[in-house]
Amino acid sequence: MNVHEYQAKELMRAQGINVLRGGVAVTADEAVKVAEKLGGKIWVVKAQIHAGGRGKGGGVKLAKSLDEVKKIAGEILGMTLVTPQTGPEGKKVLKVLIEEGCDIDKEYYVGIVLDRSLGKFVMMASSEGGVEIEKIAHDSPDKIIKAIIDPAAGYSAAAGRKLGFGIGLKGDQLTKANKFFEGLYNMFMKHDCSIAEINPLVTTKSGDVIALDAKLNFDDNALFRHPDIEAMRDPSEESAQELEAGKYGLSYISLDGNIGCLVNGAGLAMGTLDIIKLFGGNPANFLDVGGGANKETVEKAFSIILQDKNVKAILVNIFGGIMKCDIIAEGVIAAAKSLGVQVPLVVRLEGTNVALGKKMLNESGLKIIAADDLADAAKKVVAAAGGK
Amino acid sequence: MAILINRNTKLITLGLTGKQGSFHSLQCRDYGTQVVGGVTPGKGGLMHEGIPVFNTAFDAVKQTGANAAMVFVPPPFAADSILECIEMEMPLVIAITEGIPVQDMIKVKNALKGSKTRLIGPNCPGVITPGECKIGIMPGHIHMPGRVGVISRSGTLTYEAVFQLTQRNIGQSTCVGIGGDPVNGTNFIDVLEMFHNDKDTDAVIMIGEIGGSAETEAGRWIKKNFKKPVVSFIAGAAAPAGKRMGHAGAIISGEDDSAESKFKVLQECGVTIARSPAELGQKVAEVLKKV
Repeated sequence: MNVHEYQAKELMRAQGINVLRGGVAVTADEAVKVAEKLGGKIWVVKAQIHAGGRGKGGGVKLAKSLDEVKKIAGEILGMTLVTPQTGPEGKKVLKVLIEEGCDIDKEYYVGIVLDRSLGKFVMMASSEGGVEIEKIAHDSPDKIIKAIIDPAAGYSAAAGRKLGFGIGLKGDQLTKANKFFEGLYNMFMKHDCSIAEINPLVTTKSGDVIALDAKLNFDDNALFRHPDIEAMRDPSEESAQELEAGKYGLSYISLDGNIGCLVNGAGLAMGTLDIIKLFGGNPANFLDVGGGANKETVEKAFSIILQDKNVKAILVNIFGGIMKCDIIAEGVIAAAKSLGVQVPLVVRLEGTNVALGKKMLNESGLKIIAADDLADAAKKVVAAAGGK
Repeated sequence: MAILINRNTKLITLGLTGKQGSFHSLQCRDYGTQVVGGVTPGKGGLMHEGIPVFNTAFDAVKQTGANAAMVFVPPPFAADSILECIEMEMPLVIAITEGIPVQDMIKVKNALKGSKTRLIGPNCPGVITPGECKIGIMPGHIHMPGRVGVISRSGTLTYEAVFQLTQRNIGQSTCVGIGGDPVNGTNFIDVLEMFHNDKDTDAVIMIGEIGGSAETEAGRWIKKNFKKPVVSFIAGAAAPAGKRMGHAGAIISGEDDSAESKFKVLQECGVTIARSPAELGQKVAEVLKKV
């Protein structure tokens, strides 16, 4: 799960991590009020969307008067912001963050990610702030300093020194950075984050170490123990279908093709998309009905797939392990009848109770294109959708 | 011989009396697995479908002599159950549970170091040595005893691969689902090492996914150490970047963890590539002819 920059900074502030003072606004007038309250002579107005690269798309601007705050906030709010991470369709901006200005001396990067091979979190820092970490890793990997955090011992000041000295900090800055890193790590652990990125982290001319930007992701599997984080979810940032699917234990991702897919198991669901592409088709979605699906969830899955008007044919590909083929057949029949499925339906069933499942489909009177195996199913559904 | 489990394996199920734990324990028993006990705190002393229930894994092992545990405990408590098994030196733990928080698994991974426990999973279909022992949720009847090893991050794709083998009359030595989570107990290389030392395995199918670098690390290890033929498919070539494709671990976060770059490295390391999941059986048949 993602949150907005302003929410990430609230969590950081609560942990005692140094962030700029600021407030969020949904109208230009509110933005002015926030700026007035902050005081000072310079403010930054920042679009709040769940995507990076906002500056490049014109979503981050400096204001030197309250009139400018009003003007800029008015321009950014409601705009469709296109950044390298939003895709060409962009994202509509519904909130802005207004922050006090800051006399930046130098920009750095600091982040925490999971090292899967080690099964440990790694803190990374770089003197190349403001640049994407992937780009630094590609162009100058020696400029990324890493400190692996021992899960039992937790954060150590030695790790902080390695990072701090590594990116060229010294003296009082180093002490402040160490405190910053420690706070960040502790907050990361406390809220079950999966990624933290402070890019840039800045040192100021007055000697402070402050987060200028903040990006936090959270482990979806751990949300059950963090209702406060779950409450930060912004539904306007997520696809309505994906959210709805999630409520029914379905894992759905919308894609840009015309072949609807209903599959059990994440791996087979991915493999199904792959083989459709190999046969020259283009999948409309990824959908894993999971192991615990029943007649109702299969019906729901169909209704979500059919909400996508691009869908010209549907492939049901089930290899029943936990999932029994007769249950799927029951759901397919119920959905086809209640939703009046008009597009061609290709069904491939295999595994537990397969004979019963096939018999039910045969006797249902529905026009179903039966497929013998995975390749046959892909071939038939691509043809049914009208080729490419 | 096979690896990890055989007809002598004695299994207890943690979370035996839950719906899934109960159903699959009985399926395992029907397949021929010695299911000697189960653990559900507070239900110790009861019999469940003819299987004795204990309050703790410690009691269960003391009474039954079990040497393997299958974990069906719900995600919030699953890591705790695995830690209980590690502490009592259970040799093999197979965790089926999906949805364990990453931080919990990091604790587990740390506890596994230097321990006597081998953990398979979590978020996996389990392990089967066809004709001898099944521990997990895979449909037993699609398997047949034989000499091809299977390692996979995905459950249903494993069934797909096994089914294709069995249809071609190619049996399996052992099939191991290592799970779809970013932090797991056993990786491709660990299982490859076991197959390397197993006289009854002639070739291996390795099924990977987008996300992480486990497949490329395995490829490099294979090039150096593994002399038996390996056939591999990586799921997710059609997946968009930045989206979690069902499995917690299946997400492209950089160019190195895409399917394309994994296929490329594996091919360079001498692994036979199946670009389509429907070609796995056929590719194995081809490499076996050369053995």
